[in-house]
Amino acid sequence: MSHESLSRRSVLASSATALGISVAGCSSGSGSSGGGGPTVGILEDRSGNFQLNGTSKWQATRLALEEINENGGLLDEEIEIVDPDPQSDNSRYQELTERLILQDDVDALWAGYSSATREAIRPIINENDQLYFYTTQYEGGVCDHTIFPVGATARQQLGIVTPYLADEFGEDIYIIAADYNFGQLSGDWVNVLAQENDYNIVGEEYIPLDETDFSSVINRIQSEDPDFIMSMLVGANHENFYDQRATNDMEDIPIGTSTAMAQGHEHIRYDPPALTNVYAGVSYMEELGDLRDGENFVEAFYERWPDANYLNQEAQNNYFSVYLWADAVEEAGTFDQEAVIEVLEGGRDISAPSGDLTLDGPTHHMEHEMRVARADENHEISFTNNERIGPSFLREEVEGGDGCDLREEDKTTQYVPSDVYDV
Amino acid sequence: MITPTATPLSISGYSLLALFFQFLDSFGFIVLATVGLAIIFGMMGVINLAHGEFILIGVYGTALAYHAGAPLPLGMVAGVIAATAFGVVVERTIVRHFYDRLLDSMVATWGLALVVSQLLLIVFGSSLDSISTPLGNVSYGPYSSSVYSSVLLPAIAVCVLAGLYALFTRTTFGIKARATIEDPETARAMGIDTDRMYVATFAIGSALAGLTGALYAPALGSITPNRGNTFLVEAFVAVVVGGQSVILGTLAASGVLSVFNATGSFLFGTFVGQMLLLLVAIVALRVLPDGITGYVDDWQQRRRAEE
Repeated sequence: MSHESLSRRSVLASSATALGISVAGCSSGSGSSGGGGPTVGILEDRSGNFQLNGTSKWQATRLALEEINENGGLLDEEIEIVDPDPQSDNSRYQELTERLILQDDVDALWAGYSSATREAIRPIINENDQLYFYTTQYEGGVCDHTIFPVGATARQQLGIVTPYLADEFGEDIYIIAADYNFGQLSGDWVNVLAQENDYNIVGEEYIPLDETDFSSVINRIQSEDPDFIMSMLVGANHENFYDQRATNDMEDIPIGTSTAMAQGHEHIRYDPPALTNVYAGVSYMEELGDLRDGENFVEAFYERWPDANYLNQEAQNNYFSVYLWADAVEEAGTFDQEAVIEVLEGGRDISAPSGDLTLDGPTHHMEHEMRVARADENHEISFTNNERIGPSFLREEVEGGDGCDLREEDKTTQYVPSDVYDV
Repeated sequence: MITPTATPLSISGYSLLALFFQFLDSFGFIVLATVGLAIIFGMMGVINLAHGEFILIGVYGTALAYHAGAPLPLGMVAGVIAATAFGVVVERTIVRHFYDRLLDSMVATWGLALVVSQLLLIVFGSSLDSISTPLGNVSYGPYSSSVYSSVLLPAIAVCVLAGLYALFTRTTFGIKARATIEDPETARAMGIDTDRMYVATFAIGSALAGLTGALYAPALGSITPNRGNTFLVEAFVAVVVGGQSVILGTLAASGVLSVFNATGSFLFGTFVGQMLLLLVAIVALRVLPDGITGYVDDWQQRRRAEE
C-alpha cells in the first residue's frame, strides 16, 4: 500500500531506534526486558483503521499466553509479553518490529492485520531471521523461511465458497475487491477458479480503500445482472457497500466473500437485511463455538475480555498458533528460534477450536477445516460444506509443480497466481 | 495481471439518469462535508484540521441517541447539539488563541483531532452498531438509486447553502459577523461585541459539521472512531478550489468536483472518479490560484476598471 513512500521515514526511524538502543546500551548495560526469560512480541492494532479486527487478535494472543503462564509457563519459565500498539500505521510497525527484535529480543512475534503491513515489516523479519506468525487470512503464496502464515489463504477461502455459489446460483460472477495487493491477488484467484471451472466473469472492479460511495458500483452490477458477486472489499469504508446493497433491494443477488463477517462481524454491527445472503469462506467464526472436547474457547475469551466485541477468525488463528509454537518449544526443549522452526517444519497436528488442523512443514501453511458461513434474513449464521483444504498452491503448483519446500531451501519469496496461471 | 477497470455502462436514457443520481449523491456529500470547514476557514482564518472529528461527534451523538431508542430525526438533533456545544467549548478554550495564526491553528486542531478520536475509542469502544439508510430506493429500468443519499441529502445541501446565504447577507447578525471578520477594530468601535461574533460564527461552523455527521450517520456504513477522515479530503479540496467566497465557493467547487467525480466513476469506475476529482483540483489550483470565486472577483474588477 504505502510501503515505498514510507521507506525514507523508516530509515530515519530505524536510525533513531538504533541510536536509542546504543544510548540505552551505554547507560544500563542491557535492555530492560531482553535479559532473562522468554519473551513474546505481539503487534496488533488496538487503534486506527484496523482496530476493529486487530483488537480481538491481540486479546486472543494474550489469552493463550496467559493460559500457558497460568499452567506453569513454558519449559518452567514464565513468558514475558511485549505488546505496544502499532496503531494501524505501517511505519510504526517497522519501528516497533525493530525494537522488539533488537531491544526486547523476542523469541517469537505475532504481528499485523493487513498484507501491506506484513510486506512492510518482512524485510526487517528477514534481516534478523525472526520467527514470525502472520495470522490474518490472506492472498497466499508467502514462502519465507522464518514466517508462518497460519491463516487460511485465498485459494482455501475462495476455493470453498466460489464453486459452492456457482453450483447453487449460476456461473456469472461480478468481482469487486479492494485496490491493493490483497484485493488484486484475490481477484486473480477468482479468475483462476473461473478458468478451472468455466465460470464467466461479467464484471470486475478494484475499489480504492477510502471509497465509501458505491452508487456507481451498484448501478454497474445492476446493468450486468450477475448470478452472484464475489466481494473482497476491505476495511470500515468499504462496509458501506453492504448497507447500500440493502438500500437498493439487491439482497437476492448472493455475495461470496473472504473478508466480510468473519473479521469485522458486519452481521452483528449492521441491521438485517444488509448482510442477508452473504456467504463467507471461513476457517472460523465465533458462532462455530469450540469443536474440541470439553473446551470452550468462546467462553474463556469473553471471561478474560468481557468488553470484547467479537471473537473473529483471525483471533482464533492467533490463539491456536501460540499453542502450536508452545508445543514446538517443548519438543525442541529450547526457545532457540532456529531449533523451534526446525521442529515446526517437521509438520504438526493441532487440535484447535475450529477443528483438527495440520501444519504443513515444507510450506509453513495450515491445512484448514474450511466451511461456508451464510447469513440469513435475520443475520443468523449457518455453516455448510465443511471441507479440509490444504495449502495446495505452495505445495503442488509453484516452481513448475515442485512446490515451495522450506526444509530444503531458505527462501524469502511470495508467489502470486500469475506465476502459475494465465491471469 | 488484471487491469483494474470496471465495465463501463452503456449510454442510454436509464444509465444517464443513473449518472445524474450519482452526481447528486456526490454533490450532496461534497457540499455537506465542506460547508462547516468553509465557514470556519473563510470567516475566521482558522484551518480546522479537527473538522472530521466535529462531524464524527455529530455521527456519534446521532447514533448513541438512536441506539438509546430515540427516533432517527430526534437523534440527529442530538448530534447537532452535541457538535455545537463541543464547538463552543473548543472555541472558548483553544481556538480563540489562534485567530489569524494559520499554521498554529492547524497544529492545535490536528492535536485536538487525535485527542477526540482516541477518546471516542476509549469511551465507546471500537465501533457503534450501524444505522440502516432510511427511505429505500427509486428504481428505473435495470437501475436504482438511494432516495436518502441521492435525493434528500443533496436537497438539504442546497437548502443549507441558501439558508447561510440569507443569514450572512440579509440579517443584522450576518452583517455584524462579516464586519467583525473584515475589521475587528472598527467593528468594536461601532459597538459590536466581536468576541460574541467569533463564538457565534464558530458555533455555526460546528453546528454545520454536526449536521453533516447527523445526516451521514445512517449513510456512512460503519461507525468507528477514525471515520472523521472520510470527509477530510473532499472538504479540503472543495475549500481550496472554491476560494474566498464561502457559500458561492462551496457551491461552485462542489458542482464542478462532483461532475468530474460522478462522470469518472460512471464511465470507468470509482478509482478513476477519485483520480479525476484530485486531478481537477490540481489543475484548478494551477489555473485559478485564488479558487473559482477568486477568479470571478478578479474578472469583475477588471471589467469595472475597463469601464
